[in-house]
Amino acid sequence: MNPILNDSGTTAWMLTSTALVLLMVPGLALFYGGLVRTKNVLGTMMHSFAAMAIIGVLWAVCGYALSFGKSALGGWIGWDPSLLFLKGIDETIMPAGIPEYVFAMFQGKFAIITPALIAGAFAERVRFRSYCVFITLWCLLVYCPLCHWVWASDGFLFNAGAKGAIDYAGGTVVHISSGISALVAAIYLGSRRGYPALSVHPNNLVLTLLGAGLLWVGWFGFNAGSSIQSGLETARALTVTQVAAASGALMWMLLEAVHHRKATSLGVASGILAGLVAITPAAGVVRVDGAMALGFLASIASYNAILLKSRLGYDDTLDVFGIHGVSGITGALLLTFFIRQSWMVDAAQKTGGPWTLWQQFGIQAAAVGITVAYAALVTLALVFLIDKTLGFRMNEKDERVGMDHSLHREDGYGLLNLQ
Amino acid sequence: MKLITAIIQMDKLDEVREALAAIQITRITVSRAAGRGRQADEELHRGQVVIPDLIPKMRIEIACKDEDLEKICGTIAGTARHGQGKIGDGKIFVTELLKCIRIRTRESGAEAI
Repeated sequence: MNPILNDSGTTAWMLTSTALVLLMVPGLALFYGGLVRTKNVLGTMMHSFAAMAIIGVLWAVCGYALSFGKSALGGWIGWDPSLLFLKGIDETIMPAGIPEYVFAMFQGKFAIITPALIAGAFAERVRFRSYCVFITLWCLLVYCPLCHWVWASDGFLFNAGAKGAIDYAGGTVVHISSGISALVAAIYLGSRRGYPALSVHPNNLVLTLLGAGLLWVGWFGFNAGSSIQSGLETARALTVTQVAAASGALMWMLLEAVHHRKATSLGVASGILAGLVAITPAAGVVRVDGAMALGFLASIASYNAILLKSRLGYDDTLDVFGIHGVSGITGALLLTFFIRQSWMVDAAQKTGGPWTLWQQFGIQAAAVGITVAYAALVTLALVFLIDKTLGFRMNEKDERVGMDHSLHREDGYGLLNLQ
Repeated sequence: MKLITAIIQMDKLDEVREALAAIQITRITVSRAAGRGRQADEELHRGQVVIPDLIPKMRIEIACKDEDLEKICGTIAGTARHGQGKIGDGKIFVTELLKCIRIRTRESGAEAI
């Protein structure tokens, strides 16, 4: 057997993608940081940066082994002791022609950003150490199993139906799982003091727009990098990512213009995210018209979900469920109707009989349903346990003072912002 | 007419506003301020404790009729205090207010407050 050779072109692109996905984490920190009140800007940004620190270590120690090891415990999770501390991949070149180190680090960035996304739901009110314990356990008990089911070659959703549940870059694993967990945590922990009269009070939308821009740029690594190649499929993923993001932004602008006669900058930023989230599971299978449709539909769905939130009265502070959960579900389900013909033909050949859109829709719905149920259940258990032991929420006085001073003894803007 | 200027701790703003609203005092001006009294506040900078020279506070300004003065001062002093009182709880200044004009109507005097 010939040894697999390293493909320098693919490796170069995957290294770039890995860096681009990491860039999304400070992007998220800026996006969230700008949306909270001045007294919470650092505490909120710390949620993203702490994820880089904690999951960055955890992934190398055991996260990769639990996600991409062979199925264990009846397929619930992966396990391969040789992957602990990434020991066993020191010399490995994968069949895709890249060192496995690159793949492991690329995947590690997804594991970092996913729990950081959840933090927006309970912004401005949780203790730092409880958050740290939460994302550690959530990564091990929610992210790693889901990642194994959907992306490992022996995961059960990877092998469901004709060609598996379609989740190109993390519609279920990243966005639906974080979105639904965010909803559960926000409802369990309760709203901020003073909500809903207080609602949102962005301290700096300039940061938020900068963050949204970085997320868009980073998303090319997220989606196009998920091709694990540097060729036609990469180009397809990159193109539909660009089109869906723009479509989402455009639709949100139109919705606000019709509804309020004003297009807002936060609206455009939200539309960008809705489009990007919706195309994430679909980037490998839809064409440009499908990407536009998904971008438009995602913005409509998320826009209405956020209006509904205000009526229901729960405090998902930065709309993690409204954007990531709702657009994620929209994309993962509706992508079925925009799959390119060649994919369906290929799927039919694999089953040896016909394979219809509705059969694939069933697989997609099952993947979404399983993700929602599993993430909701485990998150509820984790939040409950941490709340009963460490206490998840800050006490009333600390919440009034703000996270920056009471949790970190720092101030985001010092004396410059005496507005 | 009097002008009340209260400098209080940042975390007490909500409570003070709620207490003032409860006695029908809703026309107030609030701004961020920084200053130095006897309190020493701690911040962290790369592992070292630093004591900033100026500490962030909230400044509340209320113009009122003479007869409301004691009621307002009592409410602020009662709610802005931490427990039995701590250094840094703040101060209340009261000054004579010579004139007050409502710009929209040019009304002046106590009626314009």
